[in-house]
Amino acid sequence: MADRTLDHDRAARRLWPALALPGTFWLIALFLVPFYAVMAVAFSGYINVFGEPIPAWNPLSWKFDTFTQVLSASVTGEYRAVWIRTGTYTVAALAICVAVGYPVAYYTARLAGKRRGLVLALILAPWWINYITRMLAWVNLLQDDGYVNKTLGIFGVAPISWLSGNAFTVVLALAYGYLPFFIIPLFASLDRIDQRLLEASRDLGVGMVRTFLHVTLPLSKIGLVTAMVITALPLTGDYYTNAIVSGSPNTTMVGNQVELFLLQGPQKNLGAGLVLLLSLVLMFFMAYYLVLTQRASRETR
Amino acid sequence: MTDVKAPRAAASPAAQPTRVPPWRNPWRRPYVLAGITWAYVVWSLVPVLVAVQFSFNDGRSRSVWQGFSTQWYCCADGSVGEDSSLLRALENSLILAGATVLIATPLGVMLAMGLTRWRSRASRVSNGIALVPLVTPEIVLGSALYLVIVNLYQFVPLGRPAMLLGHVTLSVSYVLVVVRSRLQSIGPDFEEAARDLGASPLRAIRTILLPMLMPSIFASAMLVFATSLDDFVVSQFLFGDASNATVPVRLYNAVRNAPTPALNALATLLLVASFLALVLAYVGLRTRRRGTKSALAELTDFG
Repeated sequence: MADRTLDHDRAARRLWPALALPGTFWLIALFLVPFYAVMAVAFSGYINVFGEPIPAWNPLSWKFDTFTQVLSASVTGEYRAVWIRTGTYTVAALAICVAVGYPVAYYTARLAGKRRGLVLALILAPWWINYITRMLAWVNLLQDDGYVNKTLGIFGVAPISWLSGNAFTVVLALAYGYLPFFIIPLFASLDRIDQRLLEASRDLGVGMVRTFLHVTLPLSKIGLVTAMVITALPLTGDYYTNAIVSGSPNTTMVGNQVELFLLQGPQKNLGAGLVLLLSLVLMFFMAYYLVLTQRASRETR
Repeated sequence: MTDVKAPRAAASPAAQPTRVPPWRNPWRRPYVLAGITWAYVVWSLVPVLVAVQFSFNDGRSRSVWQGFSTQWYCCADGSVGEDSSLLRALENSLILAGATVLIATPLGVMLAMGLTRWRSRASRVSNGIALVPLVTPEIVLGSALYLVIVNLYQFVPLGRPAMLLGHVTLSVSYVLVVVRSRLQSIGPDFEEAARDLGASPLRAIRTILLPMLMPSIFASAMLVFATSLDDFVVSQFLFGDASNATVPVRLYNAVRNAPTPALNALATLLLVASFLALVLAYVGLRTRRRGTKSALAELTDFG
């Protein structure tokens, strides 16, 4: 009997690592090495005949001139306005997400009653609609002679040019695009709150507003922060929303600058430097999220 | 016997001891929240319906309705049926999504099984690496893959092969998360019982573990399919030349220059494809699911 168990253990010891191996190898080759390539390009000191950077694979030959240049341009120079704009748009779009998304998630999780399945399905529907399609839909609506301007015209508002460098349009489009991704994690967290706690608060004669502030909000705080981080990460790196609904240099975000350098010109080292800087800025949020989810999964275990 | 009525519940306001102001009354119906929610649903879905409507427009405008026609699906100049580049984009998207499912799902399921049951320091490190792609902004992943393929993995041509590698990297972590949560809730007892009864490790996985994991494998495969169809950034960095463009890339590149309702028709066809996949997933989960979880919950469970 003891022999058999020992045998089990030995086979299992080899089996589980063997199963994990291909995926681990894949992630090293196509996630860690690519990130190293970004550094190799950002820190390259030489360019070839096309003016493109020659990646420095050996860390000993890394040159930091270009990266320092990107850094100083971001802090004081030409990219300063771009970074500030990116931050402003992200904060504004997140504020809209919280203001609209929290009530929607709360209603769906706690109050929708027998319509809950329907509401949840409708809220999930945008997940299955292509992001670019959803933006294209707004381009149709916001044309100078589109439905939005026509509706405004009924109230005597002169047609507004929405699609040529309007910051308001960009922020609204970002909020529209990322709201579904904000609502679902928040919904999951609100859904887990014990109904009995809210009933206890109600039975003790506490009004709805105070119940919300002292029971619901503290219990959903982690869910809210998770949803905000999950939304803020792609939002900060977004460039396509902006390019579709504006396309003007007046609304350029960091992502647009990266795309410009990497795909439309030879100065890939500048682009790689910006990607590195963006990753550093976002690293804090990424780490925070990972710690949070690790803790949560340990608690459920 | 004839006219006996049940005593009616007190309905007059006078019967209540004190009048409660609406914001103090916890039993009030949540009209405001319901209003916000339904307004949000309308706001999130109606624009897409309008875009679908304009795919049937009888004219070149994408903002003024000129009557119903199916000319942008077939047979007008530049319609989806006539413009081979549009059809090709649809083909690229569907083939890519299918291939991504075929690679990412087994890879992720194996990774989930290995990392959940194999407890060591190495597995914890590997686990950490596997979760980072979930929180990496797509622009970072896209540009990193682009730079490594152009500079180091030069044997991988930009186009379908490069996009396939990118989409699998993007989606393998979703499979890991969905399947792992299921594995943890099942626990190791069932496969150990099978082993004690004399099954080989592989046989225990095949006959016990895989059938029990099936709902989550199915859900994650659909998630991978949707992720691949929806992806724009990674494709945009890796598609190479126009003949390899996927639908999102094609839409993006065309939306600013010379757009016609044919674009809306293309977007509508992609929409139909992903909703067919969703219906298939829902039906699949319904018939296969074991336990008490609803199919919808299974699909939302990774949040």
